[in-house]
Amino acid sequence: MNKPIRRLAVFTMALFGVLLLNVTWIQAVQAEWLREHPYNSRQYTEQLTIARGPIVAGNEQIAYSEPIQDSDRYQRVYEHPELYAHPVGVFRSGSANGIEQTENSFLDGSDSRLFVRNFLDMLTGEESKGATVNLTLDPKAQQAALEAFQSIAPDKKGAAVALDPQTGAVLASVSLPTYDANSVASVENPGDAADQWVAYENDPNQPLLNRAFNERYPPGSTFKIVTAAAALENGASPDSTMDAPDQLQIGGASLPNATPGGTCNGGSPDTLAHSIMISCNTSMANWAKSLGADTMAAQAEAFGFNSGTMEVPVDVAESLYPADIDENFLAMSGIGQGNVEATPLQMAMVAAGVANGGDVMKPYLVESVQGPDLSEITAATPEVYSEAVSSQTAEELTQMMIGVTEGAEGSGPSGAIPGIQVAGKTGTAETGDGDTHNWFISFAPANDPQVAVAVVVERGNSSGNTLAAPIAKEIMEAVINE
Amino acid sequence: MSEGLSTALPPVKRRNAELVMVLFAIAITLFAMIEAGLTRNQEMPPSLFVYGLLFGGLAVLAHVFIRFFAPYADPLLLPLAVLLNGLGIAMLWRLFEATGDTERGSAMDQLILTAGSLVVFAVIVFFLKEPRTLQRYPYVTALSAVVLLLLPLIPGLGQTVNGARQWINLGVTSLQPSEFAKISLVIFLSGYMVMKRDVLSLASKRVKIGPVKIIDLPRMRDTAPMAVMWGFCILVLVGLMNDLGTSLLLFGTFLAMIYVATQRSSWIVIGLGAFFGACALLYPFVYHFSVRVDTWINAFDEDVFYGELGANSQQLVQGLFALGEGGILGTGLGGGKPGNVPEVQNDFIFTAFGEELGLTGVMVMLLALALLVERGMRIALASRELFVKMFASGISFLLAFQSFVVIGGVTRVIPMTGATIPFVAKGGSALLSSWIMLALLVRMSHNARKPAPQAIQDEGATQVISR
Repeated sequence: MNKPIRRLAVFTMALFGVLLLNVTWIQAVQAEWLREHPYNSRQYTEQLTIARGPIVAGNEQIAYSEPIQDSDRYQRVYEHPELYAHPVGVFRSGSANGIEQTENSFLDGSDSRLFVRNFLDMLTGEESKGATVNLTLDPKAQQAALEAFQSIAPDKKGAAVALDPQTGAVLASVSLPTYDANSVASVENPGDAADQWVAYENDPNQPLLNRAFNERYPPGSTFKIVTAAAALENGASPDSTMDAPDQLQIGGASLPNATPGGTCNGGSPDTLAHSIMISCNTSMANWAKSLGADTMAAQAEAFGFNSGTMEVPVDVAESLYPADIDENFLAMSGIGQGNVEATPLQMAMVAAGVANGGDVMKPYLVESVQGPDLSEITAATPEVYSEAVSSQTAEELTQMMIGVTEGAEGSGPSGAIPGIQVAGKTGTAETGDGDTHNWFISFAPANDPQVAVAVVVERGNSSGNTLAAPIAKEIMEAVINE
Repeated sequence: MSEGLSTALPPVKRRNAELVMVLFAIAITLFAMIEAGLTRNQEMPPSLFVYGLLFGGLAVLAHVFIRFFAPYADPLLLPLAVLLNGLGIAMLWRLFEATGDTERGSAMDQLILTAGSLVVFAVIVFFLKEPRTLQRYPYVTALSAVVLLLLPLIPGLGQTVNGARQWINLGVTSLQPSEFAKISLVIFLSGYMVMKRDVLSLASKRVKIGPVKIIDLPRMRDTAPMAVMWGFCILVLVGLMNDLGTSLLLFGTFLAMIYVATQRSSWIVIGLGAFFGACALLYPFVYHFSVRVDTWINAFDEDVFYGELGANSQQLVQGLFALGEGGILGTGLGGGKPGNVPEVQNDFIFTAFGEELGLTGVMVMLLALALLVERGMRIALASRELFVKMFASGISFLLAFQSFVVIGGVTRVIPMTGATIPFVAKGGSALLSSWIMLALLVRMSHNARKPAPQAIQDEGATQVISR
C-alpha cells in the first residue's frame, strides 16, 4: 500500500506547491497592480498623511496638498475647481478619479522610479514628498472653452476638446455640467464631502460624467469627413460627383437634405467638395453605399473607431462604427447616423488627423512628471496613433473643410476667424427622439495647424453652425493668439 | 509486507529537540503579539504575561505529556501545531484585543478553546492505545458521521451562517458538527476499505480500443459505495445545506482513500467525472453555486465587485488587495489594515497574515502545514497495519486538502467554498478537530516508531516477550 501513499504524498506536496506559486505570483508580481487597482481604496485612505505632489497646468498648480493644522494629514486643494474637474479628477477620502487616480503612484511618491529619492529622504529624516505632474492642458484654451460654452450655450450639456494636431497633446478638455472638486474633497468633513459626492452621482444631469472622453454621441455630419476620406483614399477626387437627389429612399423612409431649399445641386449629381461644403446628406449617404461597409469601417477604424478603450492616461470610451451593417444602415452611417457613435475626443482626433497631413497622433494629457527635486522622471513623447489618410487626401480634405467656413454656401461660417483660415465641419445629429446634438470640428490655421477642436452641444436643438462653431472659434483663437 | 521494513523509522525519541522547537514556537507567538502591540498601540500587550503563561504552559505541558505517554512520536508534529495555533492566537489578538473590538471574537476565547482542545488531545493520546480498535465498528462510525452532518438540518437546532447551513446552536455555544463528521468519515472509510479493498481493486472490466488498454473499469455493483458517497455529497451537502466546502472536502478525501486502498486511477477518473458532472448539472439551479463561480472568475468585473450583498466579490478582491499590500515582507504585525477585508477573522485570516507578514510569512505558514502533512504521510508509510496506513494517510490528506480548499479559495486558485485553515482559524469546532487529528497522528506515530518487542532471552523454547 506504500506506493499509492507515496503518490498521495507527492500530490499533497503539489497542492502546497500550487499555493506557494500562487501567493508568490500575487504578492511579488501582481502586488503593484493590486495596490494601484481603481477599486483599491487603501491607496487613498492611507495617503491622507502624505504630502501629495501638485498637478500643474501652464505654470499654475491647479491641485496641491495643504497641511491641516494640528494634524498630520493634508487637504487636497483645487484651484479653479470647476474648470479642471473632469480631466484632473478629485482625490478624496477612499477614492480618486481622473489624473489623480491614473498618476496616483507618482503623486503619492510610491512609484518605483521615485524609490531612490524616497530612500534618501528616509535616511536623512526628511518627509518624503510626491512628484509633480505637469499636464498638457493650456489654461487659456481651457478657460476659453468653458466660458464660451457657458455663454454661447448656457445651461446646455456637452463637451469641448482641443488637441495639438502635431503632437496629440490635449490642450483643452471641458465637460458640462461640471462640478466643484473642492466640495467633495474635504478631509475634515468627510461626511459632507461624501454626501455631496452622492448628490452628484444621483444628479440626472450627470455632472461627474466626463462627456469629452466617456460619452458617445452620434457624430452626425461631422462624420462626413470620414466618408469623404474613404472616397478620396479609394480613387475619388474632390470633383468626383455622386447622385444627390433631394430625397433619398432608405428602407422605406425618406432621407431629406438639411441644406437651404432642401437641395444640393438642384437634384443633379453633386461634387464631393460641394457636398462637404454645404453638408449634403443624400450624396454622402450614396458615397457610403458605393464605397461599401468594409471600406467605410476600415476608414473609421483608421481614425480610431472600434479600437477599444484608450488611455490618455485617463480612460477614453471606445467610439463605434457598427460592423456587418445592411445597406440602409450603411447609407445612414455615411452621414454619421445609424448607430455610428463617437466621443468628442474621437472627433477631435479626426480633425487633428486631417490637420497633421493624415497622421493621427495619440492624445495625451501628461506632459511630464518631475520628482520633488525637480528632476524629470517621465516626459511625453508624441506617438503616431494611426496613419488615417495619405497627405494628399489630407490636403484635399483641408481645402474642402476651408470651404465650410469660408465658401459662399459654406455651412459653418460661424467657425471662421478673421485673418486666419479655418478648416471645419458642422454636424447636427438626430437623437431619434426629435432632439439634435450640435457639433463642430475644426482646425486652424489651415496651412499650419496649431489646434484641432471638437465641440458638441448635447440636445442643443439648433445647428452646428449656430451653437457649436462659435465655441470652437473661441478655443482656436485662445490657442493661436498666445 | 516486506516493503514496510524499508520505511520503518529508527526508534529515536528526539524529545529534547521537540521541546526546543515548542519553546521556539511559543517565543514566535509572543514576539508576534509584542510586535503587534508596539506597532499598533505603541505599548506592550497588557496581558502578555497571561498569554505567555497560559499558552506557553499549555504547550509545554503537551510536550511533557507526549514525553511520558507517546515518547516515540514524531518530534515535529507538536511544534508545528503549536506554531500554527500560536500564530492564529497572535493574529486574533492583533485583530480584536489590540483594536479594542472584542465583539466578534477574541484571542482569549481562542486561548481557552486551545486549552480545551489540548485536554481532548491528551485524552485521546492516553486512552487510544491501539488506533486499529477503531475499525471494529465501521458502520457505527459511518452512521455517526451522517448524523453529525445532518444535525444542522434539524429545525430549531441548525443555523445558517453566510448561506451555508453548517452550524448547530447549543445555547451556550454553537458547533460545526461537520468538523467532526469528517474525522468519523475517515475512520469509517479506513475500516471499510480494508475490508473491501480486494474486491474494489481486483474485479474489473478492461476497456480497450483495439489493442490499446484505455482503463480498467470497476464492475457496476462495486461502484455502490462511490454512488452513496457521491449522492450524499451532492444532494445533501450541496442541495440541502449549501455547504460546498465540506462537500468538496469529503469527496476529495474519499477519492484519495479509495485510491490508496485500491491503487486504481479509474476510481479517481469516475469520481471526478461524477462529481464535476453533477456540479455542472446543478450549476444553473443552485444559486449559491453560480455566485461562487461568478465571483471567482469575474472577481474584478465592476458589476460583480459592486454587486448586491452576498453575491459580490468584495471579500475576495479586498483579500487580494491585502495580499498585494503586504508584498514580499509585509507591513509588519499591527501595521496593516486587515480590517478592510470583511469577516477577516474567519476563512480570510490568511489574507491578514499575507498583509502583515508578507509573502515571507505566508510561505512559513504554508510550509508548516505542508511539513505537518508530509510527516503524517510518513507515519502512514511507516505503520504496519493496513487500517492505520489508511487512517494516517486519510487524516494527512484531509489536513492538506482542507488547507488547499480554504487558502486556494481566498487566493483565487479555486472558487471560495468555505473551510478553515487547520489550527489557525478562529473557532472551537475547527480547533478541536485539528487537535483531535494531531492526537491521532501522534498516537499512530508513536506506535509506528516504538521498537518492536524484544525477546528477553536470546534462545530458548519459550520466549518471554516484554512490551
